[in-house]
Amino acid sequence: MRLLNRSAGRLSQHRRGPLAGLVVLLLGLLLTGGLYTVLAPAQAQKAESDAELVAKGRELFLVGCSFCHGQNGEGISTARPGYQIGPSLVGVGAAAVDFQVGTGRMPMAQPGAQVPRKEVQYSEEEIAALAAYVASLGPGPAIPSEQDYSLEGLSEEEREEAVVRGGQIFLTNCTACHNFDGSGGAMPQGGYAPQVRGVEPKYIYEAMLTGPQAMDNFTNGNLSPEMKRDVIAYLQSLETTPEYGGFGMGGIGPVAEGLFAWLVGIGSLVGFAVWIAAHTTRTSKDKVEA
Amino acid sequence: MDTTKIASTNGTTAATTGRPSPLAGVGTWADERLGLATAMKKQIRKVFPDHWSFMLGEIALWSFVVLLLSGVFLTLWFTPSMAEIQYEGSYDQLRGIHMSEAYASTLNISFDVRGGLLMRQMHHWAAMLFIAAMLVHLMRVFLTGAFRKPRELNWVIGGVLILLGIVEGFAGYSLPDDLLSGTGLRIADGLVKATPVVGTYMSFFMFGGEFPGELIIPRLYIAHVLLIPGLILALIAAHMLLLVYHKHTQWPGPGRTEQNVVGYPLLPVYAAKAGGFFFIVFGVCATMGGLLAINPVWKYGPYDPSKVTAGSQPDWYMGIAEGLLRIMPGWETHIFGVTISWNVFLPGQIAPVALLMMVLAWPFLEAWVTGDKREHHLLQRPRNAPTRTAFLAAMITAYGLLWAAGGNDILALKFNLNLNYITYFMRVAIFVVPVLVFFLARRWCISLQRHDNEVLLHGYETGIIMRSPEGGYSERHLPISTERAYSLTARDRDVVVPDPQPTDGQGVRDKGYPVRKLRARLSQGMFANNVQKPTTSELEEAHHHAEHEHELEHASGMDRPADGHQFDGHADHTPDEAPLRGH
Repeated sequence: MRLLNRSAGRLSQHRRGPLAGLVVLLLGLLLTGGLYTVLAPAQAQKAESDAELVAKGRELFLVGCSFCHGQNGEGISTARPGYQIGPSLVGVGAAAVDFQVGTGRMPMAQPGAQVPRKEVQYSEEEIAALAAYVASLGPGPAIPSEQDYSLEGLSEEEREEAVVRGGQIFLTNCTACHNFDGSGGAMPQGGYAPQVRGVEPKYIYEAMLTGPQAMDNFTNGNLSPEMKRDVIAYLQSLETTPEYGGFGMGGIGPVAEGLFAWLVGIGSLVGFAVWIAAHTTRTSKDKVEA
Repeated sequence: MDTTKIASTNGTTAATTGRPSPLAGVGTWADERLGLATAMKKQIRKVFPDHWSFMLGEIALWSFVVLLLSGVFLTLWFTPSMAEIQYEGSYDQLRGIHMSEAYASTLNISFDVRGGLLMRQMHHWAAMLFIAAMLVHLMRVFLTGAFRKPRELNWVIGGVLILLGIVEGFAGYSLPDDLLSGTGLRIADGLVKATPVVGTYMSFFMFGGEFPGELIIPRLYIAHVLLIPGLILALIAAHMLLLVYHKHTQWPGPGRTEQNVVGYPLLPVYAAKAGGFFFIVFGVCATMGGLLAINPVWKYGPYDPSKVTAGSQPDWYMGIAEGLLRIMPGWETHIFGVTISWNVFLPGQIAPVALLMMVLAWPFLEAWVTGDKREHHLLQRPRNAPTRTAFLAAMITAYGLLWAAGGNDILALKFNLNLNYITYFMRVAIFVVPVLVFFLARRWCISLQRHDNEVLLHGYETGIIMRSPEGGYSERHLPISTERAYSLTARDRDVVVPDPQPTDGQGVRDKGYPVRKLRARLSQGMFANNVQKPTTSELEEAHHHAEHEHELEHASGMDRPADGHQFDGHADHTPDEAPLRGH
């Protein structure tokens, strides 16, 4: 502290020096410039015209996606009718790209029963460019904005109603595959409905909108934007409510409960039985054979 | 044994304390009016043998006590009604939803009754432990041959208790009327409906109309809180009274015979142990109920036949029924405009009962094959009944496979497997793997029998490697203690029934020949491969041989460690001062 005081004091002695103004000016410029470089790209991209973004997206698409989806996103069919190497992307919209690429599912590491969520391969700008390019191929759902799935602007009562409504929609439409706790579930032939607990609201919304992989497509016609918002609100509310009963054991239902009953319950009780039987009435250490 | 503290007489007058105490006064007052002393004198000195495996049944008993205690608490708030009401309780995510009173009161117990959720979870965990402990107890009784005469009826009572426990558990699982219990009831409805001809009538009778109706919860409730617990209590009482009457079985050993029981008296030792074990069981139930969330009904939501959740499974004890249903191919017969659903009828009604019956019938089959009418109070080691042990191992394997098949979707999800392939695998494995396990377990038991004989005849392996002057290596064997040898040989030789003759001496056909032949074949299959204990002359010869060997070893100095100084003349002590094993 004293050192700081001393150096501050020493600096203070020079505050009226001939170079002081210049130094302050330089520092100011450095700060402004630094801040500008941090913030500038976002602004610069916004300024970028749609046409430029689409062109950039096409470049990326040709390198990373066209091998399966075709050079114009038209999809590549195999010799077997009805089978494709990659489906056509005309009309899937920006939301599908944002979901698939934003969660790392695309580009796919290998074909298989399920495309798993993995590390994201593209930066945010690149994903935006790819989305813009695919959106330009044909009309499709756009990337939802945060207002679409947040409960901002609703009264406390309306929020509660939204959560309750969302819970019922979730139990009716989602739990059959994704499980009551959003833990996911198995699908035929090695596929699975992934865990939705802990997934970002934007991606849940996009998944409902675009129906990725084996999932149904919940268009705005059969599940209105408000209903989608409510489902997300319900899932969010589950995350903020505490686990009332204690450790949930993965939220996968009675199978895990049975496992714990045997391993923890019977395991410990048999251990206790061994312990009790190993102790006799003897208080002295001289061994007495019973 | 220390006998100084045991009463030296067995006189008719009660011992009195030197100084009068208020407690003794109360005791005398009660005794003079109720005659307790005469009744208790015998019972409180009843002896129980000590072994950890004898306490497995107690886990079931004490978890049943926990069930009664927590269950009474739950009945104070639970409403067994399917009348529709609107939920207005504390759980935000369901407020305003229409649901049955049963489900609403379950939510109420979970969120608005003090300690209610803990009690619910304790009740559920205790139920899981109750049936698991009964099965573990069954395994112990089966593997040690404790079901033999005079205990066959107690074995059957135990089997009925397991069946009742499962039905009781299923009724309890169905009561909250949440999505999971409703789905379970729907499967039960399907099982009932699969009964040929009368299935639909039975289902309509059960539900008072088409599923789900409004009657099933009140009906299950009365079965769950009165009918089945009453039966279970009565059968537990019968089970325990027979246990007292038969006296407990014990492991063979010095001083233990078919006529006596060696152990500690009920008071104070065994009462303290058993009573203490109750608190441990209670503690484990409370710990699990407090820390592990079981059946979070609020997340399942109220039952609605149009909804279902992934991971819909019954509680573990119904897992094999679920597994049977899941791996069964979809076979149906259409005959005279009637559909017979083999795909549900066989796995849902026939197979589970058949599996349980096979295990329950084993003691009678074994008694018939051996023709043994003697009483047995000394237990058998599992290895000394290889076919029986292997049979249970096969049954446990089948049980485990079906149990896993019942959770095939969870296995597929958690281990990245193909759901369909698990089903295909199980369809084959359920027939193949138990047979493999049967033969493997039997050979294993027989090998262990051989090992026992090896130990009896040649002693145990000391782990001491000796090198002979010629440079050859051998392991030193030492004879086992007399006590251990006694325990190892305290078993009967198996008697194998020889093949009967189809005709008697005069050439008249024997009418009972096929049955006698079956018995002989079974007997040969069950006992012919067993290894019998060595005879007295074999033992004597082996001991004689061993003594001779030891003499030779001693003469050549091989029973003492060599430090090298024996041979260079610098030995500063005689070899006898360095014994091989310092006891």
